[in-house]
Amino acid sequence: MSAAPVAKAAPSRDLSRDRLTHLQRLEAESIHIFRETVAETENPVMLYSIGKDSSVLLHLALKAFAPGRLPFPLLHVDTTWKFREMIAFRDARAKELGLDLLVHTNPDGLARGIGPISHGSEVHTDVMKTQALRQALDKHTFDAAFGGARRDEEASRAKERMVSLRTAQHRWDPKRQRAEPWHLYNMRKKRGESLRVFPLSNWTELDIWLYIEQENIPIVPLYFAKERPVVERDGQLLMVDDERLPLNPGETPQMRRVRFRTLGCYPLTGAVESPAATLPEIIGETLAARTSERQGRVIDKDGAGAMERKKQEGYF
Amino acid sequence: MTIHQSPEAFGYEAFLAAHQRKEVLRFIACGSVDDGKSTLIGRLLHDTKQIFDDQISALQRDSRKHGTQGAEMDLALLVDGLQAEREQGITIDVAYRFFSTEKRSFIVADTPGHEQYTRNMATGASTADLAVILVDARQGLTRQTRRHALLVSMLGIRRVALAINKMDLVGWSQTRFEEILSGFDAFTRNLGFADVRAIPLSAKNGDNVVLPGTAATWYTGGTLLAYLETVAVHEEALAAPFRMAVQWVNRPDSEFRGYSGRIASGRVRPGDSVTVAPNGRTSTVARIYTADGDLDEAGEDQSVTLVLADQVDASRGNVIAASDRPMQVSDRLDVRLFWASESPLAPGAALLAKIGTVTTNATVTAIRTRIDPETGRPGPAEQLAANDIADVTLTLDRAVAFDPYAENRETGGLILIDRETTDTAALGLVQAVQAGGTGGQAPAPRATGKGGFLARLKGLFGG
Repeated sequence: MSAAPVAKAAPSRDLSRDRLTHLQRLEAESIHIFRETVAETENPVMLYSIGKDSSVLLHLALKAFAPGRLPFPLLHVDTTWKFREMIAFRDARAKELGLDLLVHTNPDGLARGIGPISHGSEVHTDVMKTQALRQALDKHTFDAAFGGARRDEEASRAKERMVSLRTAQHRWDPKRQRAEPWHLYNMRKKRGESLRVFPLSNWTELDIWLYIEQENIPIVPLYFAKERPVVERDGQLLMVDDERLPLNPGETPQMRRVRFRTLGCYPLTGAVESPAATLPEIIGETLAARTSERQGRVIDKDGAGAMERKKQEGYF
Repeated sequence: MTIHQSPEAFGYEAFLAAHQRKEVLRFIACGSVDDGKSTLIGRLLHDTKQIFDDQISALQRDSRKHGTQGAEMDLALLVDGLQAEREQGITIDVAYRFFSTEKRSFIVADTPGHEQYTRNMATGASTADLAVILVDARQGLTRQTRRHALLVSMLGIRRVALAINKMDLVGWSQTRFEEILSGFDAFTRNLGFADVRAIPLSAKNGDNVVLPGTAATWYTGGTLLAYLETVAVHEEALAAPFRMAVQWVNRPDSEFRGYSGRIASGRVRPGDSVTVAPNGRTSTVARIYTADGDLDEAGEDQSVTLVLADQVDASRGNVIAASDRPMQVSDRLDVRLFWASESPLAPGAALLAKIGTVTTNATVTAIRTRIDPETGRPGPAEQLAANDIADVTLTLDRAVAFDPYAENRETGGLILIDRETTDTAALGLVQAVQAGGTGGQAPAPRATGKGGFLARLKGLFGG
């Protein structure tokens, strides 16, 4: 039991050759957290929102457990206001990969006819996303949920841990966060409490695109520029995805070459005019971008500290 | 100097390849309340073009409401994320920031400087390759500076950028700069830093942060960013022996049995002789499986699945280690604790300890000494309060495999968990095996290696 000698680099070895790239390191860190969670929780689930981050998350999860199967189901909280192409993509991927996909819609919100147009973004997000998510987690008694949130997205996300404890009421308490040194995650929790796990915490938007390109990961075609029918409203380009978007007097949908940097509920997610129809073009555009990706998200602007408040209420 | 070379300039292919091949530097930024740390990080993000137009408009709006810079943009507001922080003008918790240049990607752990948040700093420092320690040129070295330097040194950080900020407010005085640097050198002489780089700068104006300043004609040492882009990283972990804690046994069918984990340190190749700790069974690596195909070699920080040549019955909690560099195994550990819980710690306290992928019952059998956070000197302690640093003896309900923290951060770091609240109560650095006895007063700690970092610290602390 004698102490091992202090590690010293062999002078002849070129250590730079052994170094991982930034993307390899991010991938390894995400895979590690998937495995830790599955080993230490009873009933984990992966939240699948169909967007590019979810596509990367799913790709990493499959890698983490290969050659075995994915040891947890996917959950999509369907607000019924997703773009049609998103739903088609979701179903195609689930079939192709043989995924165990659960879809939940808030039945109460559905019965009350809650929607982003009739009730506004705040009520819609609260009822159809936040409450719906809590219902689904409670219904299936999931004690850990993987999500694709990244710290670079928004200021309050930057302070959240990879593994984030939620009360039985699904609330986040920023003052009760756990230290995460040396890749050691404390996954203990009291009865009824649950964990939100964010394997993409340390990824940036650019990393996500570079990785999608490197790994050839399928994503929803809406991310690529194409002529689409849009109306311009409050500085946002809204795509007319179906007949549910009421047009204001004088408004006529115009065909414009647009794409989406982020995908949410369709009247709440603005498109950007762009010629980028390939991944390298998107990556070039991302690097040259002068506006942040959440700019297209109406809900972040529902007042100062909007996201922080939503998170405390149990929004992912 | 261009920060982002445009993709058109040399073609998408080369551009993509360059970005996909970049490596990462993780660093911690530490400073006292008014040293301008948030402004410095805001400046790094802003001048490396990470801030978008809509964020700038939001910043201009917020600067009028909460800012401290009058009509000017307050870059600190870019990083002071939580509503509560803006109202109080302080940073509450560790936040992670990201920026990148052509040469590297950077992950910054932004930690608050107040005394009561030692644990946050320890968290941020635990995975950092380097520390940026901020000093206000007008204030010079403070108690906080000493605490920060001591803490990052205890946590095994070997490289420090001493950012001497607000140089514009002391007229870019070379004398003042050198005075602060020599004071810092004197204090840190025995802290085991391999490299200390002092940089005079002004975060508010941007001089010597990303872009060179012109005011200090006497300074030729380059910007803070230039240092961060070129400083050596990961040397220690790359040179350490092979260690991988088993996270998950992957057994999809009777044909395949693999041990999944993230390589904590060192390198591994098929054919290597490995020992499963703590049970000591040995085998040979047959395959390094990944979803992208088998590898002929893997190293530090990679997540892989090892297939061994023999049925050795390894499971989660075990560590697969190089046979020629075995790990230490014990159920009694000397540990330097950073106590984080609001409830005090008294000897006899029963907790859970998580080290690697094993979680065991742990009893604090003795609190040997409390460490003065400013001088590093040991003193008597009967119990510990939040943010105390102390050397304790831990008794576990089973033997675990470890390396002394000074040799390997990933296999020598542990957390203690409060069984009742389930909160993380402490961070711990394993120092050495407890040398027998029945608890109580421990013998003097042994040095763990000739000229080791820990030995030097112990020398410093008069141990």
